[in-house]
Amino acid sequence: MAKLSIQDLKKIKENAAKGISLRQEQGRIKVTVHMGTCGIAAGAREVMSTLVEEIAQADRQDIQVVASSCMGMCSSEPNVTVQVEAEEPIIYQKMTANKMRQVFKRHILLGEVQTDFALAKM
Amino acid sequence: MNKIRTELLLCGGTGCHSTGSIKVRDALKNELDKQGLGKEIKIVETGCNGFCAVGPVMLVQPEGIFYQKLAEKDVPELVEEHFLKGRPVKRLFYKESASKEMIPQMHDIPFFAHQELRTMRNKGIIDPEVIDDYIARDGYFGAAKALTEMTPQQIIEEMKISGLRGRGGAGFPTGMKWDFASKSPGNVKYVLCNADEGDPGAFMDRSILEADPHAVLEGMIIAAKAINATKGYIYARTEYPLAIKRLEIAIAQAKEYGFLGDDILGTGFSFDIEIYQGAGAFVCGEETALMRSIEGKRGMPRPRPPFPAHKGLWEKPTILNNVETLANVAQIILKGGKWYSSIGTETSKGTKVFAISGDVNNIGLVEVPMGTPLRTLIYDVGGGIPDKKKFKAVQLGGPSGGCIPEYLLDTLVDYEEIAKVGAIMGSGGVIVMDESTCMVDMARFFMDFIQDESCGKCTPCREGTKRLLELLEKICDGRGELEDIDILEELSVTIKEASLCGLGQTAPNPVLSTLRYFKDEYYAHIIDKKCPAKRCVALLKFEVDPDKCKKCGLCFKACPTEAIVWKKKEVAYINKEKCVECLTCFSKCKFDAIN
Repeated sequence: MAKLSIQDLKKIKENAAKGISLRQEQGRIKVTVHMGTCGIAAGAREVMSTLVEEIAQADRQDIQVVASSCMGMCSSEPNVTVQVEAEEPIIYQKMTANKMRQVFKRHILLGEVQTDFALAKM
Repeated sequence: MNKIRTELLLCGGTGCHSTGSIKVRDALKNELDKQGLGKEIKIVETGCNGFCAVGPVMLVQPEGIFYQKLAEKDVPELVEEHFLKGRPVKRLFYKESASKEMIPQMHDIPFFAHQELRTMRNKGIIDPEVIDDYIARDGYFGAAKALTEMTPQQIIEEMKISGLRGRGGAGFPTGMKWDFASKSPGNVKYVLCNADEGDPGAFMDRSILEADPHAVLEGMIIAAKAINATKGYIYARTEYPLAIKRLEIAIAQAKEYGFLGDDILGTGFSFDIEIYQGAGAFVCGEETALMRSIEGKRGMPRPRPPFPAHKGLWEKPTILNNVETLANVAQIILKGGKWYSSIGTETSKGTKVFAISGDVNNIGLVEVPMGTPLRTLIYDVGGGIPDKKKFKAVQLGGPSGGCIPEYLLDTLVDYEEIAKVGAIMGSGGVIVMDESTCMVDMARFFMDFIQDESCGKCTPCREGTKRLLELLEKICDGRGELEDIDILEELSVTIKEASLCGLGQTAPNPVLSTLRYFKDEYYAHIIDKKCPAKRCVALLKFEVDPDKCKKCGLCFKACPTEAIVWKKKEVAYINKEKCVECLTCFSKCKFDAIN
């Protein structure tokens, strides 16, 4: 390997910092996928995978994904709660991979709450 | 593309390895793959997390949930419940030893909450075998700054401003040591790292090497620039195989990236590091003995002066710094000496790492600011004394240190304050002792250790410690006479004054400090022929006191040789013929009924 310069070191740091970002800071945005048995049966895993892929594609380190258990609204599963710092958390219902993509692009990235899919404010 | 949503920071220090973290890691990997989570949840094997008492431990990030005492059999439930369905498994949470309260989040656990991490800032966060993880946490930026922007004198000034003192024990100002070496004439100079940690109850250097080996390498590179050295050695004891393995990996990675070797970062500066494995002799932690050992000779100290800064390894100017000291250097250079000296006391700056062990709830590794009271260290961070027993003393500084009784627990962690009460900061071993510790026996234990480890070169140390040990054994055996106390004191003072190196000069400290605070226990052994803590076998009768015996049978169940005769609702009886005097019954009896 060729000798590193300080510029190279900075580049390595930038990339590496992305790799360990989960370990040190809490995300500014928290997305909770409700993964009770009911949620998983209704397709929450696919929703979760889509979300993780979207985050990776957008290359964002400030979004935290959390799996949590059933909210109690089994009939509206899969449920996803989007919590942007300093704003009211929004619960989305009957999510699918496509709806998740839309919520990610419009709500999480642009800040437009997708009221059509929303179940409630918390 | 990074599709990871959760990282499992599993402790991979020696402590957790020995309690099974490797099996847990393999089981986790299997189970995550089985549940289809392998691509979004990543296992990171970190260095020592510090909380060794409850290992194997694991931190789930970014949620911050802390799991303790994990076993292979817990893994399927953990993966299905927490990582698949999002229901953290409560029975594996940390429980407060006193209140039995469950605390899910790591930063709420008192053991972690009172700590201030500087030396151990990367512990439990980075994978010590991945150099990029270290770089992500500003790694090698201190070395880059020192090599490209600073003159050797500027580096030394910054170290002086920081107030960093040697963390190996003696507390010599690091900047001053470097200054002496940099001003010594000569083209060939050496930077040495002392990783020969030998104090009973101390394991902070091992943990730092296992958790963050690059921090030590970076500290050495900066030291090398400061004194213009071209070669460095890490003297590590061979009993630390994991630390040595991770150091080897780190050195290879640093060479590949060009942080070690010729023309580092294109600055024209060259420096290389080699590991030298020592055989684990306590005296080889002494600087002149350590240098002899690297030279391939028998590790024995020599008189100083000349000091190593002028004539050290192979008679060349040399600096020797301890692992913990070096782990602080890169941050001081990066953030400035003023930043480092912003916490601590008047004479002791920054933080200190302590290895807490003995009769204390939270055994492990902690880092607290200088100036923290010992009481906070033992009760808040350490969680106090288990089994509702009473605190008796705390031993600081290993065989060179001394013990501190309860009424002095408000002493602050500070080189000078601790020395005032008859102990030393030492490398940071803290051994907590409850009321069942016999202080004479404790002094005997340390003297036995010193006696084994004395290199034998000078008579006061070789013969003196042997005589001290004999006297202590005599007292523990019940053959002690009153004049023995005077001889112990006189002999101790002579050994201190006449020994050649630090080992002998501090060897009588356990005797002197127990005589200072616990003389009544010596008297009890000599005059009353009793051991108040019931530890000294020769002074015990191995009889059951029928008035105190609650007929519970705990002693009967615990006795390994069936020497105890007991039936329900009857007082126990000890059969002397079968008894091997192992003291198990004494430690099990809750009612103090055995004499």
